[in-house]
Amino acid sequence: MSLENFLIVSAILFSIGLYGALSKRNAIAVLMSVELMFNAVNLAAVAFSRYTVPATLANTGSRASDIAQSLLTGQIFAIFIITIAAAEVALGLAIVIAIYRSRSTVFVTDAAQMKK
Amino acid sequence: MLGQGTEGSLFVDVAFWMLAISSIVAAVAVVQMQNLFRAALFLIVSFLAVAGMFVLLRAEFLAAVQVLIYVGAISVLIIFAILMTGEVERGSVAHTMRIPVAILAALFGAAAIFVAVNTNWLVLDTVLQNGSLSAATTNQIEKVFSNTIPWIGRLLVQDFVLAFEVASVVLLAAIIGALALIRER
Repeated sequence: MSLENFLIVSAILFSIGLYGALSKRNAIAVLMSVELMFNAVNLAAVAFSRYTVPATLANTGSRASDIAQSLLTGQIFAIFIITIAAAEVALGLAIVIAIYRSRSTVFVTDAAQMKK
Repeated sequence: MLGQGTEGSLFVDVAFWMLAISSIVAAVAVVQMQNLFRAALFLIVSFLAVAGMFVLLRAEFLAAVQVLIYVGAISVLIIFAILMTGEVERGSVAHTMRIPVAILAALFGAAAIFVAVNTNWLVLDTVLQNGSLSAATTNQIEKVFSNTIPWIGRLLVQDFVLAFEVASVVLLAAIIGALALIRER
């Protein structure tokens, strides 16, 4: 098991999410697929954080805080991605429910008022 | 080398393949299930499998956050939305552009896998083995990865403090926005 294994799993999960996000008519199914894509990106970020060496590591010296910064930045990115994903899903579902109230549909193809 | 005794052992390999296969199968089920409620349940399975892979990657804190936020909060929110909008049965139909979209996604996945396999990544374990780092640095790396949580906390309030504060403003904006959107008028 190496970095490539994790990246391949991440790429497969991302493409499944991409397919779902682009092909579904139900807005909630689209949101679920977007969550799959977020997860794939998190997995890639954490795998990079665990396996790859930043070019700066050789000359950062041996202070633990500098080393932690260069090794754990990927995990910090994943934490912020999760935060934004939580905000995004809350707003997205609020919009879906607002559309459902006014037009009784959750299909993204029916929410086309701006086309007219 | 890093994590001697656990990494590279048969148990970790078997765990990785089980988690990888279950996360991918659950993800396929999410986009293929017609019943939206079952799709949401498979989404939870996929989230849990990714949380397991975070544990294999020495990111225990992220695994816990993943279970708390994705499995605990986001899935419940999605299931509530599915039940409130009442489109469970005919739920997740695909529209007419399905085949071109599938080809596009497959092409993207193939390109990403090609890049992942053919890039010569500078991997931490090989750098540790060929001894180009000083002994003190190697010790510190070992120390950081043996318990990452205090280092993550320190990074969040030191190097990434601006992003940390902006994230709280974003969450506040999301709360207010969600309340304003669904308020009865």
